[in-house]
Amino acid sequence: MRKKLLIITLILSLTVVFFASSAFAEYPEKPLNYIVCFNPGGESDITARTQQKFLEEVLGVDVVISYKIGGGGAVGFSELVKANPNGYTVSGYNLTNIILQPLARENPGYETKQIKPIYTFEFTPDILAVRKDSDIKTLDDFVKYAKEHPGAITVGGSGTYTPNHLGALEFDKEAGIKTTYIPFTGSGEAVPSFLGGHVTALMTYTSMGVQYREEMRILAVAAEERVSYLPNVPTFKELGYNYVEGQYRGLAAPPDMPKDKVDILAEACREVNQIPEFQAKMEEMGFELVDYGPEKSTKLIDEKIDFYKSILEDLGIT
Amino acid sequence: MLYTVLTSFAAIFTIKNILFMIFGVTAGMIAGGLPGLTATMSVALIVPFTFTMDPITGLVTIGAIYCGAVFGGAFSAILVNTPGTPSSIGTTFDGYPMTKQGKGQEAVFTATFASAGGGLIGTVILIFLSVPLSRVALKFGSPEYFWISIFGLTIIASLASKSVLKGFAGGLFGLLISMVGVAPIGGDVRFTLGMPSFQGGIQLISILIGFFCIPEMLKMAGNLKKHKMKTVEMQSGIDVFKKSFMNVFKKPVNFIRSSIIGAFVGVIPGAGGNIANLVAYNEAHRSSSNPESFGKGNPEGVVATEAANNATVEGSVVPLLTLGIPGAPPDAIIYGALMLQGLRPGPELFSGPNAKITYAFMLSFFIANLLMFVVGILGGKAINKIVTSVGHKYLVPSIIFMTILGSYAIRNNIMDVIVMLVGGFIGYLFKELNFHPGPVVLGLILGPIAEKGLVRGYLMGQALPVPWMIFFTRPISIILIVLTLFSVIWPFIKNKRDAKNERGAA
Repeated sequence: MRKKLLIITLILSLTVVFFASSAFAEYPEKPLNYIVCFNPGGESDITARTQQKFLEEVLGVDVVISYKIGGGGAVGFSELVKANPNGYTVSGYNLTNIILQPLARENPGYETKQIKPIYTFEFTPDILAVRKDSDIKTLDDFVKYAKEHPGAITVGGSGTYTPNHLGALEFDKEAGIKTTYIPFTGSGEAVPSFLGGHVTALMTYTSMGVQYREEMRILAVAAEERVSYLPNVPTFKELGYNYVEGQYRGLAAPPDMPKDKVDILAEACREVNQIPEFQAKMEEMGFELVDYGPEKSTKLIDEKIDFYKSILEDLGIT
Repeated sequence: MLYTVLTSFAAIFTIKNILFMIFGVTAGMIAGGLPGLTATMSVALIVPFTFTMDPITGLVTIGAIYCGAVFGGAFSAILVNTPGTPSSIGTTFDGYPMTKQGKGQEAVFTATFASAGGGLIGTVILIFLSVPLSRVALKFGSPEYFWISIFGLTIIASLASKSVLKGFAGGLFGLLISMVGVAPIGGDVRFTLGMPSFQGGIQLISILIGFFCIPEMLKMAGNLKKHKMKTVEMQSGIDVFKKSFMNVFKKPVNFIRSSIIGAFVGVIPGAGGNIANLVAYNEAHRSSSNPESFGKGNPEGVVATEAANNATVEGSVVPLLTLGIPGAPPDAIIYGALMLQGLRPGPELFSGPNAKITYAFMLSFFIANLLMFVVGILGGKAINKIVTSVGHKYLVPSIIFMTILGSYAIRNNIMDVIVMLVGGFIGYLFKELNFHPGPVVLGLILGPIAEKGLVRGYLMGQALPVPWMIFFTRPISIILIVLTLFSVIWPFIKNKRDAKNERGAA
């Protein structure tokens, strides 16, 4: 009898302890599910994989990366906006994709405003490159040739309605030329076609420029200032073209995730961005780190929505 | 180079590396054998664990998993008519009929010999021909991809020898479902019925499971009186072993040709084992003196597909290491792993301090394939015994259960499960109406490649006076057109010749 009582007391007290601890426990206390909406091995995946170890150190819980791939990220984003906002499901987001898919498609399964940014940690500018053996030596050569042969220059890039695609269109407009943009499914598919000489030029990201620096002649980079890992490459602005474009990547949450949890994750991302080992790795791969917290990211998205809307209207796409 | 090769070889032979490779091969085979878990996914699962290992150990483990997974698909293909990975589609054509004739063990052993052999040939090609082959890979532009896929579609004729019309109808059905989702070029949303989850398109693996596995399971379930699979009164294990060896090496031409096809298809970025195994099957069928026996349990069919898909593994590593371009989807993940280890693919990998790691990785494929052989023979015997001795009333539900798990695992999307089940019923109808599932799958695989090649080729042709000319003026395109025409006309020539021979004999 006494034994039974003892067991009951024990169970009761354990339950109390359990509930108490879960009520007062610090978020996060279980593994964080980090959704990657693009193919393994791509830029988004490499970023997430590089962050994973450091995020685990900072947060003190496991970070589990899972893939929801398809439709240029739309399948994953539409899953995210329906996910439980308990703070344990987050996803990587690509700024251009989450703005342009709802603008260009009838029903991508989410609206831009439903994607709640936690932190924007990376900016990868566009670069325009030709092969090392090309006759085109400078951006001026490129523009001159394009003026003489309208539409004859083929520019490969990753995807449709992506920074590469829009970048090619924006630059055409800025320089008053006409080139033919050829979309590939991902940079991985565009590069072989470029190296094999099947397209004249490549509108791609700085990360590819670092990767293939021996094979590429990079004409210009579409950033505000020269980037540290490609110091000899001029910006378009220096050369007189007002053109800045690239992909912002960050972490996003389902629409109703509480603000305190968003702030905790944002702080973790910020801390990871300060770790020298992480910075070195990212720079080596050609990614530029930026630090936009939740509010600043929201503002960035709002600005970009207006910007892209006007571009699409100018180009007569919408 | 020789010195580097020797020191790299020594570097692989540590107990730790060998143990990790045995683990890798075995885990890969299990994952590959489970429908839905592909080589890509197995590699993606292991990569995070390799970050903490030193580069050589990490890479040889990844390589071993890759080999094992591509091989493991053969088990389920042969024993339950379900390609465990898309690389083993063709293995079902003759492997499963062999099982139905009670020769499952022979088929599994034959696949083991062919896979390990194909892998070894692939490794030799990888080590000695990497640099020249990578140049060839770059020669393939969009027009060439278009013609490759058209050439690939001619395989339908040999898959559906009974009714070419039904074969092409199936192929067109496959092409049609390949268009669901966001268009690869232009980004239009097509045939999604307004459902966002369809934006990612129809998954090949859901259709594979649906069309190959489910009809067979329904058939077994409808025939519960027959409780178990047939097994032939086994000769001793040694006899089966010898017979399987002869299946592969008695006619070495088939085996060597298939391995070379596999390695070469692997080198071309974007085409992988899923195409290589079907091309090799087609060539084996075409050049056979007895083509009627294909599809009815001819071991040569198993040899062709399995030698080809394991040679693809090494082939697809060629552009990865030399150019940083993944030859097949699993290589994209290995690319990420290399980057995170601080190894930048390209010439840097072959000289300086990194050369030792690179050569160790390439050489490890030798050992992985040998280990795969041992594990394959031991495991193959066991798994064949399990599948053939378990009653249908247990076998069918457990397999259906695994197919549901597997199709969910593809990308954690419930839509893939629904597609798999609906595909299963359509597949069952197709089977009853004598449509071969091969052409459907072929259409689904080749559709996107053909579409991208066609539209991009046309865009590239904008510089020419007539854009379409780009498809007919490039040397490799012309070779591919000739091959396609040959492939279409060949059956007619052959028929005529056979008829002549018969008359001559009479």
